Amino acid sequence: MRKGNICLLIFILVLFGFALWSMVPFNTKLLGPDGLRLGLDLKGGSQLLYRADLSKKDPSATDAEAMASVIEKIQRRVNEYGAAEPVIQKQGTDRILVQLPGEKDISKAIALIGKTALLDFREQKLDENGKPVLDDKGNWVFKDEPAKAEGRDGKERELTGEYLNHAHQDMDPYKGSVVVIEWDSEGGYLFEKITERNLYKPLAIFLDNEMISAPMVQSIIRAGTAGQIEGHFTIDEAENLAIQLNSGALNVPLTIIDQRDVDASLGADSIKKSILAAEIGVILLLLFMLLYYRFPGLIACISLGIYGVFLLAIFKFFHANLTLTLPGIAAAILSLGMAVDANVLIFERMKEELRAGRTLGAAVEAGFSRAWAAIRDSNITTFIACIVLFWLGGTFGAFMVRGFALTLFIGVALSMFTAIVITRTFLRLVVGSRLVTNPSAYGVKT
Amino acid sequence: MIDFVGKKQWFFLATAIAIIIAIISLAVFKLQPGIDFTGGTSMTLHFTPRVEQNQLRQAFTNLGHPEAIIQKSGDDFFIWLKEIPPAEREELTEGLKTSLGSEITAHDYNTISPSIAKETAGKVGIAVIIAAVAMLLYIAWAFRRMPSPFRWGTCAVIALIHDVLIVIGVFSILGQVANVEINAMFITGLLTVVGYSINNTVVVFDRIRENMSKGTSPDFAVTVNSSLVETLGRCLNTSLTTLCVILALFLFGGATIHYFTLVLLIGLLAGTYSSLFIAGPLLVVWEKGEWGKLFPFAK
Repeated sequence: MRKGNICLLIFILVLFGFALWSMVPFNTKLLGPDGLRLGLDLKGGSQLLYRADLSKKDPSATDAEAMASVIEKIQRRVNEYGAAEPVIQKQGTDRILVQLPGEKDISKAIALIGKTALLDFREQKLDENGKPVLDDKGNWVFKDEPAKAEGRDGKERELTGEYLNHAHQDMDPYKGSVVVIEWDSEGGYLFEKITERNLYKPLAIFLDNEMISAPMVQSIIRAGTAGQIEGHFTIDEAENLAIQLNSGALNVPLTIIDQRDVDASLGADSIKKSILAAEIGVILLLLFMLLYYRFPGLIACISLGIYGVFLLAIFKFFHANLTLTLPGIAAAILSLGMAVDANVLIFERMKEELRAGRTLGAAVEAGFSRAWAAIRDSNITTFIACIVLFWLGGTFGAFMVRGFALTLFIGVALSMFTAIVITRTFLRLVVGSRLVTNPSAYGVKT
Repeated sequence: MIDFVGKKQWFFLATAIAIIIAIISLAVFKLQPGIDFTGGTSMTLHFTPRVEQNQLRQAFTNLGHPEAIIQKSGDDFFIWLKEIPPAEREELTEGLKTSLGSEITAHDYNTISPSIAKETAGKVGIAVIIAAVAMLLYIAWAFRRMPSPFRWGTCAVIALIHDVLIVIGVFSILGQVANVEINAMFITGLLTVVGYSINNTVVVFDRIRENMSKGTSPDFAVTVNSSLVETLGRCLNTSLTTLCVILALFLFGGATIHYFTLVLLIGLLAGTYSSLFIAGPLLVVWEKGEWGKLFPFAK
């Protein structure tokens, strides 16, 4: 028995050492947010939930393929845009969750991500006599379908953004901000044919079926030379367009169905306030345990300290997958209160056994073994609630719900470990060493 | 020794009154659904220099949003609109800037389409039912060696429904008097209450189970009452330890989680009450088949 206890003690100490080590360097802000992955509500930023209109997908692709392709394109756009730690996830069958922590210019990001960005060129519409058709205002009218040309293999092809090799924003001394495009070999071949056919005529550039400009073709643009798209762009717009063209047009249209932005200052304030709440809550908790349960209470307080370190270590260690949100912090603080519940049950049982005249050692053992069923059953109900919440949180945009459910689950699971294994090991150690034998130290009147 | 079981009719009466008040309040006032459940756009704006609420209202009306609900909270304004597309947001902010002549900082901004909000509301209902059924099944399983385990599960779930109704009732009153809204965090709190407030019931039931197998008394009512008396201290203490942290969060945790922690607070108190005064005594009523004498003065 004692040997087993010493093994457990060593195990706990090793685990504790490991937990502390996972927080190195712990000279600065051991308990602070360094090294934790903070959620949008704490760090500021934006979350967008898109719905893809799968009825508009290419009929030959399955829903899953269409979604995979659109997510990959969003991924490319976001990466090229340079967002820090973005999260892009598929939710359900037709939804995509995009989180951009710390993003300041969210309008630009929205314009970038969700736009289909289908680029094509349209030729001038001519009447039977070969004269350009004009609308009421005297503007040229362009054909409704993209310009086509015969490809290298002799087949007719529409020239679209699909044939782009690369696009980037540039400054043109006369036209302002423009997007320079380089075609791949097939695209260059098609473009050469189209410009040849339209020499000294206007050729309209269309993006998502809207004309952005209709410059005159001044010369045949030979394959291998770069073209440029002009359209009175701002630098931001040109940059966005270049990124969109590089990622490729989205294969299905997207609409935002849930958008949540949080200002970073609000998050900083929230962190400060939750830390204060945690401090006050924990002090109250420790005082209560010490005053009411005396010596075992002290052990419970030590266990609670270890619990806190473990919980933080888990968050630091798994920071790639675990995001700390404000409700998550609330869950962590709440789980501190729940963590001692098991100890309360055990200590009450111990007192009962002591009053019934058992020896200290027997009372400790009976306290743990008899309280176990109630501890297990009550924690499992909390787990069930966490699982239901986690499911619910995943079906809509409120990311905070998942953060709460996950943290509470981890906290309650960990609390069972600390309340049972750690507290018991320490108590056995003290009881075995006969350091504290006075029953009044265990809260029992003699 | 406190007579939980003997006085049970009075406790049931008090509980029934509380539940009826909650249900009436729910029927009359209903709940104030937030944008998580209705869809729309909400934002918290800060103006430098400050503006008055009626100025802001005028500005929103002029910008084509007469439906805007504007609430002042501290130095900030919380604004609630019908759903606006992303492109319109910039226009709106610019419009406000020019008409009010103030710099605007948006602390948060949410837009939720009505379709997804409707879906969320439906899923919340499913989630609460799944959670309650799961609790029932688990308690029935945990007490499977007892005679009629589903009875135990049902009593625990009735206590749980009481807790949930009390929380919802309080929030429907708060919605009426203080415009408190029901959002995703409210639901999170409610489901947490479902998971946690059953804990004390489990502790009590566990003791009844133990006392029954020890054969404490041939009378089930006596067994239940002594189990309640024996576990009273620990039920209050586990609630008290949790109360320490919830109260700290409620008082110092900041506005964002204020009402969320209030859900937990009310749920915890209601849960402690129902574990002691409803779940156990109800088991006795069921065991004895005294449904006709549920309330005082019954013949």
